[in-house]
Amino acid sequence: MALDVATVRKDFPIYEARKPFVFLDSAASSQKPRAVIDAMTAYYETSHANVHRGVYGLAEEATALYEGARARVARFVNAPQAKEILFSKNVTESLNLVAQSWGRAHLGPGDAIVLTEMEHHANIVPWQILQAQIGFEIRWIPVTPDGKLDLSDLDRLLDGAKLLSFTGVSNVLGTINPVRQLTDAAHAAGALAVVDGAQYTPHVATDVQALGADLFAFTGHKMLGPTGIGVLWGNEALLESMPPFLGGGGMIRDVRKDGFLPDELPHKFEAGTPPIAEAVGLAVACDELDRYDMGEVRAHEVAVTGYALDTLRERFAGDVVVHGPADPASRGGVLSFTFKDLHPHDVTQVLDEHGVCVRAGHHCAKPLMRCLEVGAVVRASFYIYNDEADVDALADALQRCAEFFG
Amino acid sequence: MAGLEDLYREIILDHYRNPRNRGELEAPPAHRVEGFNPLCGDEIVVYLEVGDDGRIADIKIGGQGCSISQSSASMMSAAVKGKTVAEARELTRAFKALMTIHESRLDGGGDGSGTDTPTPDPEVKLGDLEALQGVVKFPVRIKCATLSWNTLSQGLDEAAADATA
Repeated sequence: MALDVATVRKDFPIYEARKPFVFLDSAASSQKPRAVIDAMTAYYETSHANVHRGVYGLAEEATALYEGARARVARFVNAPQAKEILFSKNVTESLNLVAQSWGRAHLGPGDAIVLTEMEHHANIVPWQILQAQIGFEIRWIPVTPDGKLDLSDLDRLLDGAKLLSFTGVSNVLGTINPVRQLTDAAHAAGALAVVDGAQYTPHVATDVQALGADLFAFTGHKMLGPTGIGVLWGNEALLESMPPFLGGGGMIRDVRKDGFLPDELPHKFEAGTPPIAEAVGLAVACDELDRYDMGEVRAHEVAVTGYALDTLRERFAGDVVVHGPADPASRGGVLSFTFKDLHPHDVTQVLDEHGVCVRAGHHCAKPLMRCLEVGAVVRASFYIYNDEADVDALADALQRCAEFFG
Repeated sequence: MAGLEDLYREIILDHYRNPRNRGELEAPPAHRVEGFNPLCGDEIVVYLEVGDDGRIADIKIGGQGCSISQSSASMMSAAVKGKTVAEARELTRAFKALMTIHESRLDGGGDGSGTDTPTPDPEVKLGDLEALQGVVKFPVRIKCATLSWNTLSQGLDEAAADATA
């Protein structure tokens, strides 16, 4: 059954609190359903204690909730085992973990890794930090003029490379990348395959086993969950082979003056008090997304994105230049564009005046911006609570913007 | 609520559409300084030529950005051209004070509101630049307005370091 936006919005208190509310920035962070907010409140009101420490009943209850959340998240992405789900702060921290743990252990001068030109800074800078520390080559898969990855030279780029790390869905272009093709190509070349799923998991049903990734990162706050919790999935053998990233309490089996023994998975990678309430909230976000049905979430997004592409073309013709694939089925619900010769900052300022929340800027993808030869773009992004009326409001506000700047 | 007209005053839009001192200078002898607004990706290049008499003999602006950062850069170039370095610094302080007072009031501190918070000097005449005052009602845009001035400061520092070297 197709999503009914009016019904969906009843689940989101912010639609009651703010009227009118045209929120087109879910690619940055989604709104939160009441079920998630209530679950976190209930946890704090009735069940909070630190996890994995106390032997009293309350601490055991909190631990059960936290570990239950891990199992729920594992099921959401079809991970074979709950202990392969590592909780982090966000995708950025997950990818820093990969670079500093796996990367530091396996890369050295003379080695090469492969990234793509459409990566978010979160999948660039951790590698550049490591590169500055130990030295290796970073190769880049280029982007075609229509916003897809140019895979024509993939074999040569992967030749001798130890790792391929790439985004599942571009946060600027909306491009859905051929994840399985890329993970297969990486493995054929003997490279590790890492996927940044920040924009993938909230929108496309995620099966980490079918996707063939070795490591897959995603984040809670873009998929109806709270901020402050991210995830890294990896298969057990790989995670076992990786050294710890952050050190501290909760991640050790023993500590002596001459060294430490790391704890078992997943605790080895979860130093310090973890985001407990956030895990509880994320588990409920998974419930909600499954209740809406990820197939329906995706179908709804394709429909709204298609309507937006048509509307902008019909009403503004060449004045709106949309970046990324033209076919809504091959892109996520992200629409980046430039409008006439107006700077995106000025466009979004006028849009805000008319109650339309969109994002302007480089969207943490400056190398891609340089490829596109733009300094910044306006980005509208859609989720389950957006509909055609939101797109019309966007188009109306753009019209006013054109009038204002004359 | 502040209206768009507070932000986009006519003189600002004029400087945006007809930027003054747009272009490049050969560097060296000119100083070339880049400024970035990491928030929105705006990039500005200030070319600065300081004469032996301590005056800003010429200034050119390159790069790209929004109407606020571009018009602020245009106004800045017109305001400091021909001025002494000391006068340009004084003007920079006055302009940043115009932005900072409101910045600290709006967000309860923020950056630049520490011990080195500039205080406005009533003797310094900002002229057209006061049109940018409306920007402070839109806190996110303050960095757009101050980008060219911060870049100018950096250029003046480099010019001074060169002169004493």
